[in-house]
Amino acid sequence: MSNEWPLWEVFIRGQHGMSHRHVGSLHAPDADMAIKNARDVYTRRNEGVSIWVVEAVRIAASDPTDKAALYEPSASKVYRHPTFFDIPDEVGSM
Amino acid sequence: MAQDQALFEYLLRLGDNTLVLGHRVSEWCGHAPVLEEDIALANTALDLIGQTQLWLGLAGEVEGKNRTADDLAYLRDAWDFRNLLLVERPNGDFGQTMMRQFLFDAWQMINLGRLLKSSDKRVADIAEKASKEVAYHLERSGDTVVGLGDGTDESHQRMQAALEYHWDYIGEMFVSDPVDAAMVKAGIAPDPASLRGEWDELVGRYLKAATLKIPGDGYVHKGGKTGQHTEHLGFVLADMQFLQRAYPGAEW
Repeated sequence: MSNEWPLWEVFIRGQHGMSHRHVGSLHAPDADMAIKNARDVYTRRNEGVSIWVVEAVRIAASDPTDKAALYEPSASKVYRHPTFFDIPDEVGSM
Repeated sequence: MAQDQALFEYLLRLGDNTLVLGHRVSEWCGHAPVLEEDIALANTALDLIGQTQLWLGLAGEVEGKNRTADDLAYLRDAWDFRNLLLVERPNGDFGQTMMRQFLFDAWQMINLGRLLKSSDKRVADIAEKASKEVAYHLERSGDTVVGLGDGTDESHQRMQAALEYHWDYIGEMFVSDPVDAAMVKAGIAPDPASLRGEWDELVGRYLKAATLKIPGDGYVHKGGKTGQHTEHLGFVLADMQFLQRAYPGAEW
């Protein structure tokens, strides 16, 4: 049995932010304590109004060695960017 | 006892409780068992010191002798301190520290709840600010007591020992004296004895979940509220007050 508490990834929604952002990670025995620890470690300077934690082992991640297959094909498909439209002046900035 | 004198004494009790406990908790800074607890303890200590500034600041104002919160914190000797003996008790291991914190947090939460309705608006305002911080302290210390009490054989045994170590110092939180009577009469603060039922219920609930056995009521150590302290307070003050004593008026 490991003596270490599991690792948790912490996501905080800031006062003015629209979505939760990953801010770091910490150790805690369970989800409830992970939220408390996140409050103490990551919101001491008024950074947030909402906290999410997720156990790091629960996160499925892409494999960095697959990056050629995953990401390179989109590099040559410039038409996927919506840069070929003429935006009428009255629309303003988008 | 003149009401202002009694109020001054009462405010010293509140401010000295948070000052001495805040200092005790700050002693863990850099020494806690894990990084997360280290930061959490430092946050708690800072909250308590912040509350001290408010209570002792008001005490100085009520006294009317131009003493600031800093003067009261750093330039009084042990016999002028009015904190409960519980908060000056040594940190011991992490469990002993968290048990002391829990027993005090529960009392502080209930007391502040009553102070919200104080006839003195200055007292009610400080209570309102502090009660938000203390609600979190209690949640954290209570969960830790439950987690460690209902944990491994060793953590359970340590928490039971911690509970027994502190238990004889609980009674002082509920002892009423003439200062308290004057506060009750003026509608400023509750009778400490009236807090016991709620405290027993709250603490009992956590300790049951923690599978800890509540010791029988034994001797009640008291005296802190009138300036008779354990030998531990002198060491706390020697550490806390050193700089102002050695270099009077030093600022940074």
